[in-house]
Amino acid sequence: MAKILKMVTQRLALGFLTLFVVSMIIFLGVELLPGDFAQEILGQSATPETVAAFRRELGLDLPWYTRYFDWLGGVVQGDFGKSLASRRDVSDLIGGRLLNTLFLAAVAAAISVPVAMILGVLAALYRNTLFDRTINVFTLTSISFPDFFVAYILILFLAVNWNIFPSISNVSSDLGFWEHVYRVILPALTLTLVIVAHMMRMTRAAIINLLASPYIEMAMLKGISRSRIVTHHALPNALAPIINVIVINLAFLVVGVVVVEVVFVYPGLGQLLVDSVAKRDIPVVQASCLIFAATYILLNLTADVLSILTNPRLLHPK
Amino acid sequence: MAQIWKLLKSAPPTALFGLAVIAAYILVAIFGPLLTPYGESEIVGSQFELWGEGFVLGTDNLGRDMLTRLIYGARNTIGIAFVTTCLAFLIGGVLGLLATTLGGWADQLLGRLVDVLMAIPILIFALLILTITGTSVPVLILVIAVLDSTRVFRLARSVSMNIVVLDFVEAARLRGEGTWWIITREILPNAMPPLVAEFGLRFCFVFLFISALSFLGLGIQPPTADWGSMVRDNATLITYGDITPLLPAGAIALLTVGVNFVVDWFLHKTSGIRDDK
Repeated sequence: MAKILKMVTQRLALGFLTLFVVSMIIFLGVELLPGDFAQEILGQSATPETVAAFRRELGLDLPWYTRYFDWLGGVVQGDFGKSLASRRDVSDLIGGRLLNTLFLAAVAAAISVPVAMILGVLAALYRNTLFDRTINVFTLTSISFPDFFVAYILILFLAVNWNIFPSISNVSSDLGFWEHVYRVILPALTLTLVIVAHMMRMTRAAIINLLASPYIEMAMLKGISRSRIVTHHALPNALAPIINVIVINLAFLVVGVVVVEVVFVYPGLGQLLVDSVAKRDIPVVQASCLIFAATYILLNLTADVLSILTNPRLLHPK
Repeated sequence: MAQIWKLLKSAPPTALFGLAVIAAYILVAIFGPLLTPYGESEIVGSQFELWGEGFVLGTDNLGRDMLTRLIYGARNTIGIAFVTTCLAFLIGGVLGLLATTLGGWADQLLGRLVDVLMAIPILIFALLILTITGTSVPVLILVIAVLDSTRVFRLARSVSMNIVVLDFVEAARLRGEGTWWIITREILPNAMPPLVAEFGLRFCFVFLFISALSFLGLGIQPPTADWGSMVRDNATLITYGDITPLLPAGAIALLTVGVNFVVDWFLHKTSGIRDDK
């Protein structure tokens, strides 16, 4: 048990160190790149006085470490500074949008995880049959499609031609839960189509790996039915890799929302990020990047820790 | 010649389809200007004209010929993605092979650096940098190549890890060959198959990535014809049930499907073990 605890603590420590370094990159990246960013934003015509005043206003005249720790201190307390474009608090801009993004990701995950698991297990069981090959071609194809292509095809058929779902997901907080789900169904379906392929390929690989092991062969020789082998013998051991696959894909989902949110004009964090990049609103970009990166890192960390915790060999040491 | 023919005959239909698609795209990209009826950003009609005579696929949001821009888009989008992938392989490949050949602290340093860079999702990282640098084509190529080279580095390193300990590398070292000679003459030839396959996959990724950035309005900028931004500019047509905006998106999808099919076949051929993934 002590060994597991040690491994988990190590991973966690490493994860938080990464998070710290990443926050530094996000903050200081602005610094290291060539060019004066105050000058860039104000344009070539700005007088040296205006640039100097602007720099002072942003605190750019202070040394970088002072500003970094000020910023980090604020972030920890939920204060991300003020937006350059709208002069509002960044945390006000982000709050509701973050919830919307998480909601979209959750709906997509609720659809895609079961579908991918079932298809993956079936493909592994009926390996090298027509079914498996069809699924293989289908997944290769869907990996190759740009997100927005999938999104527009869905819009064309489900929203325009058959008029089942709305093509624009405008949501507000006063909608009921199911109305909210109904409005995000198209973006959620798009995300599902994009990540199901990855998830099911990895599930298939995990199960196939396992089915090749001697104890499964033994079970087969004993004449146990196929379904029982899968549910009682294979699945418990395949759980670790499968959980890993799910969590990693959830991390993938968090980033995947950016393009999809723009297509469906969904008021989420991804859209805010893209708008802010276009406006070069650095504080908002930094805050959104930090949130995306942190979610991504934390989910990957969770996958790491879970794979240690569910590893039977580590749980029952000799 | 006969060998190539034999190889093609043994290829599955999906791989043949992929090869045909890639060949067609390359031809269109090279001979683009000869095939197009109009200039790249020449305004030739009114906005959003329907498919028909004069404009086979109609016109776009500014009245430019859609077919012309699709063909020029092949040059720009594929060209930029190709250059970016090459650059990413140059950086990532050289550093990856150097890391294993030199070993020690150089390996550690590069490894940790790449770990940190890979902890940030590539789209988020790219958006952060593009906010500061602005979006011009050379910057775009450089930023994406550097970010993507981390993935190439990982692969190059893990592949060459197993080669660098083999006897013939040791022998070359004892002969007193230089690092560069060892990398290019001893390690690289043996690391080729996985790297070639990875090139195909990375190209797909970069190609999709640049298209996504352009679609977001943060990649290749107008008036350059580019498939991602063409989708964005004409997206409103979708709500009228017009499929024109799907054409550039479909063009992107078709090429990546083609490349993926070929890579899949190549992987099957070069390594019997790689059945899944």
